[in-house]
Amino acid sequence: MATPPPPTHAATDATSPESEAPVRATMAVPDADGRFGQFGGRYVPETLIAALDQLAEVYQKASNDERFWDDLRQLEKHFTGRPTPLYRAESLSRHARKHADKKNHGATIWLKREDLAHTGAHKINNTLGQALLAKRMGKKRIIAETGAGQHGVATATACANLGLECYVYMGAEDVRRQHLNVVRMKLLGATVIPVESGSKTLKDATNEAMRDWMGSVETTHYILGSVVGPHPFPAIVRDFQSIIGRETKAQSLRHMEAMPNAIVACVGGGSNAAGIFFAFIEDHDVRLIGVEAGGRSSNAGDHAAPLTLGSPGVLHGSMSYVLQDADGQTQNVHSCSAGLDYPGVGPEHSYWKDTARVEYTVCTDDEALAAFTLLARTEGIIPALETAHAIHEAVRLAGEMPSDQHIVVNCSGRGDKDVDEAARLLGIES
Amino acid sequence: MSDQGASGVDRLDRVFAEAREVNRGVLMPFVVGGHPAGTSLPDLLRALERGGAGVVEIGFPFSDPVADGGVIAAAMHEVLQTGRTVEQLLSEVRSVRSELSIGIVAMVSVSLVEKLGGAAFVRTLADAGFDGVIVPDMPLEESARYREAASRVGLGFTLLIAPTSQPSRAIEIAKASTGFVYLMARTGITGEQTQAPLISKPVAGLREAGSPPIAVGFGISSPEHVRAVVAVADAAIVGSALVRRLADSTSPAAEAEAFCRALAAGLDRS
Repeated sequence: MATPPPPTHAATDATSPESEAPVRATMAVPDADGRFGQFGGRYVPETLIAALDQLAEVYQKASNDERFWDDLRQLEKHFTGRPTPLYRAESLSRHARKHADKKNHGATIWLKREDLAHTGAHKINNTLGQALLAKRMGKKRIIAETGAGQHGVATATACANLGLECYVYMGAEDVRRQHLNVVRMKLLGATVIPVESGSKTLKDATNEAMRDWMGSVETTHYILGSVVGPHPFPAIVRDFQSIIGRETKAQSLRHMEAMPNAIVACVGGGSNAAGIFFAFIEDHDVRLIGVEAGGRSSNAGDHAAPLTLGSPGVLHGSMSYVLQDADGQTQNVHSCSAGLDYPGVGPEHSYWKDTARVEYTVCTDDEALAAFTLLARTEGIIPALETAHAIHEAVRLAGEMPSDQHIVVNCSGRGDKDVDEAARLLGIES
Repeated sequence: MSDQGASGVDRLDRVFAEAREVNRGVLMPFVVGGHPAGTSLPDLLRALERGGAGVVEIGFPFSDPVADGGVIAAAMHEVLQTGRTVEQLLSEVRSVRSELSIGIVAMVSVSLVEKLGGAAFVRTLADAGFDGVIVPDMPLEESARYREAASRVGLGFTLLIAPTSQPSRAIEIAKASTGFVYLMARTGITGEQTQAPLISKPVAGLREAGSPPIAVGFGISSPEHVRAVVAVADAAIVGSALVRRLADSTSPAAEAEAFCRALAAGLDRS
């Protein structure tokens, strides 16, 4: 057997101190400053620093308090309905096998059924955790931003259950696209505040929520809905969502008697993806694939794919990949799915991209709509349009993988909220 | 004020020193670069100087100005709709700099600063004739390398103190600032009676710790507000009240000058 060749980069390293060996992604992030490698941090007005310090401290204490996790586990089990199933999508897998390039290709696709969690999406995992933190801080007023409305509904739900006052900022364009969720929030006792500024979508709703918080920070907790924003939000939201990956790992070992070969999730801000990826970050044999919104095209303004088509910059309090013009102004974005219609992404995803731990790709509006219909017809599951992006990529990827391999898709939400928009886009008459 | 030689943080120091000598406060109006449409920034700066401004803050329009209230955010949005760039703003300041003796400070979001290379952006500001820079969404912890860059090119670097800042942290922020430090009082609280006590305690604490000059902004819109602020602090910042007036005016430069002159009546401490 030949001896392995010496590392070819050794000489380069010795002569140029600038070049560093590629860093392997670890779960031991962020650091004390909220950094995931060069990403993350805290780029916010001074007004918010005290509140972020308080949140970090309360979360630190809660993390080490078994009673906090007991309370959360009780809610997850009896209120949310966890664990959510890991479902073997036989018919969808058969479809992928039929369209595979080669014989004996077409991996088995499994769905992690976050769509079956109470309120119909993974968002509830985070809002229950943060609502419990708000109670620990003695803050009775809650604000949130929402895009598709799933985070708004999940926040309103947690607030109704735990007796907190709830205000949800939502872009006026999303209020139109996601009317069903607006009604749900109102039924749950929340006040929905339509945001008319800018592009009237998730980014603008986030701006308004941050403005509210600047003036109300002493009495109000801001339940941020994704793994974005200033430290400690990206870590807190990831931690509350990471139950998805822990359950998936245990269920995979039970059902497949092995780890899955690949995990696929859609990425807007990135909370469902972070939730399912995190437990597998140090399992380097498991491929992790994040799917961004490819929209209409890869031209500026036609998509919402900062990891694939953007560059590092600062938006909403942290350094991460973002879609900006040459001056640093945030670019307009587009996606058929309101939950992915966001020009930024969580800093940990940027870290995973730069460490090459996660592969990021895009799925267009048309591909997502086709996958939306495909899952409905093959499995009897209508997914959220966000989720449909991941379904598309999973089917494509399954065709490239041997038939004895396994893919898990985070089926992050159900599509009831999307039926009006889908009917419009697909030309379905009611 | 004829010291055309001093620039950067030296000019800011000179403005505050001269005002102190005659027992006056400094008026610090804020405008959004390029707003209102149709009014040239050089004309506006000349008018503000004539009206009695000591230092002018120029806000760089940003697409997602979370640190700003509705009036300023709307003005920024309006400017960006016209397609204006950062470079246009810089060249307008460059074109008028030598005529003016007022201090000119850039108020610019970290998103823009980072996009144009962080420290390199600070150098660009100095080249254009700015005397100082405020990055309202960059707190103390993230600011070290920008402060270093500003100091290398002789630019003042101003950090903000919030009502929520702990006293010990406020002192750290003041000491890290050069030119002046920006003290935000709570927004929405107006009236001479309630304002002065609100800032007198933090100001006293900062002075004792050897703070650079202290500029206070909190919805100041009248000579009485200015008087209350400069009774304890060094400068009064007027932002939204001016921007709103400019937006509503048919001759913004004249309006800017008249409003400044009215506010400046409150600067005299004697």
